[in-house]
Amino acid sequence: MAKILVVTSGKGGVGKTTSTAALGAALAHGGEKVVVIDFDVGLRNLDLVMGAERRVVFDLINVVQGDAKLSQALIRDKRMENLSLLPASQTRDKDALTEEGVARVLADLREKFDWIICDSPAGIERGATLAMRHADVAVVVTNPEVSSVRDSDRIIGLLDSKTEKAEKGERVEKHLLLTRYDPVRAERGEMLKKEDVLEILSIPLLGIIPESEEVLRASNVGAPVTFNNPDSAPGRAYFDAVRRLKGENVEMIIPSDRKGLLGKLFGRRAA
Amino acid sequence: MTIAVRTRPSLRFRGKSFLALVLAPTVPLRDWLEDVDAVSKSSPGFFDGRAIIVDVSALKPSKSELKFLLAALKMREIRIIGLEGAAAAVVDADMPAPVNGGRPAGDIEMPDFDAVPIPAAPQSQPAPVTALMIEGSVRSGQSVIHTEGDVTILGSVASGAEVVAGGSIHIYGALRGRAIAGCTGNGKARIFCSKFEAELIAIDGLYKTADDLGSKFRGQPIQVNLDGESMILKSMD
Repeated sequence: MAKILVVTSGKGGVGKTTSTAALGAALAHGGEKVVVIDFDVGLRNLDLVMGAERRVVFDLINVVQGDAKLSQALIRDKRMENLSLLPASQTRDKDALTEEGVARVLADLREKFDWIICDSPAGIERGATLAMRHADVAVVVTNPEVSSVRDSDRIIGLLDSKTEKAEKGERVEKHLLLTRYDPVRAERGEMLKKEDVLEILSIPLLGIIPESEEVLRASNVGAPVTFNNPDSAPGRAYFDAVRRLKGENVEMIIPSDRKGLLGKLFGRRAA
Repeated sequence: MTIAVRTRPSLRFRGKSFLALVLAPTVPLRDWLEDVDAVSKSSPGFFDGRAIIVDVSALKPSKSELKFLLAALKMREIRIIGLEGAAAAVVDADMPAPVNGGRPAGDIEMPDFDAVPIPAAPQSQPAPVTALMIEGSVRSGQSVIHTEGDVTILGSVASGAEVVAGGSIHIYGALRGRAIAGCTGNGKARIFCSKFEAELIAIDGLYKTADDLGSKFRGQPIQVNLDGESMILKSMD
C-alpha cells in the first residue's frame, strides 16, 4: 500500500526541499519505488536540488488541469530508476491547484509507487494545505529556533484538523525532523536544545540533521545529499531517519563531520 | 389575464446568542479614549476582528457626541456592531444597530429588525455550568472558546494559541499562549497550569501580558486568581 508523506514546516528556508530530496533518495536506495512531488507552484526548487531542471517539460499543474498525462510529466532520476520527480510549474501560482485535481493525481500515483513524498511550500495557504491534505505521514521540518518551532506547532495543529485523515477522525502520523542542528551551539545556549523543541512540539523525533556544508554542496551540484555523499554527517542522519520512518528502532545519535587526529592526518584517500 | 404569483420558500428567522465584547465609555471621554489607546498599544490587534458593542448608558450622549465617539472608535479601527443604552432619537440609520441586553435566543417568529440578538447578560441568567475537556494540546493558531464553564486541557497551550473560558482554566501541561478565564464576567474564575510561560492571562476582563508579569513565575506551576482589581499569581509548589 502506497504511503503519502508530506514534508512540511510552516516557515520557509528550514530545509523542506533538501529533506524531501534526501529522504526520497534514501528510500529509493532501499529499493522502494518513490516519487517526489513539488507543491511549491511558482517557486519551484525541487527540480534543481534533484538535478532535473533541464528535463522539465510538463508539470504538476498540467497534470492537475488535464493538459498532460501523468506519465509525460514524471521525470525519472538518471541515477536511480525507481526514483521519480513530479515538478511544479514556475510560471503559475498556487491557485491553479484544485483539490479534485490533486486528489486524482495522488490516486494515480498510489498505483505506481510505494512512497509519494510531497514537498510542501512554506506558509499555511492553499499550496501547503493541499500538499498535506491527503497525507498518511507527515515529516515536520524544524530548525532549533523559536520562530520555526512556533510555525511547526501551527502546522501540527493543521495536520490534526485540516487533513483528510483528521476529518475522518483518524490521525496523520507525525514525525519531527530537526535540521541545521549544531550540538555545540545548542549546549552554549545559542540555539534551542533538542529537548526543548521536543517538549514544545511533543511529536516523535524522526532524526536530527546536523548543520553541515555538505548540504549546500549537494544542492549546488543538483544531487540529494544522500546520493552525493551518503557517508557525510547529514547523509547518515537522513539514512537513519528513513530507517526509523520504516519502523526500525535506530539509536538517536547526531552524526558529526568532525574528524579525530587520525582523520585529520588521513583526511582524504587519493583517487 | 392571469397573474403569475411567485411562491417563495418561507423564510425562517432564528436567533442566536453570541458573545460580544462590550465597551462602556465613561466621562471624560478623552481620558477613556486614551485608555483604549493604551490597550491597543500594549496588545496590538486586541480589537481586531472582534464583535464589539458600545454601552453608552453612562454617557447619555447627544447625537453629535455619539457621532464623535463612533468616529473616534472607527479611527482606531474598532468595529462596532451594536449600540446599547442609546436613546432612539440620537441613533441615525447609518449608526450600528441598537441592542437590548439579555434577550434569550431561540426561534424568532417575527423579524425584529430593530434588535440584533446579541446579548448575554451573564449575571441575570447564569449559563448552566459545563466543563470542556481537551485531551491533547492546543496548538499555535488554535483557539478554544468555551463560555459555558471550565476548560481542562491535558496537554499544553502553545505560543500563539488561545483558550477562552467562562469559568476557570486548568492546564496540565505548559501554558505558553493566552488563557482568558471568567470571560462572561466571572471574577471568581482561576487559571491553573503546571508550567507557566504565558503570553497573556486574563480573568474577568483584567489582563496581564508576559511583560507585565516579569520572569518571577516563569516555568513554575502557577495558580492565578483575582483579588478585587488585582491579579494574584501563586506558585503551587
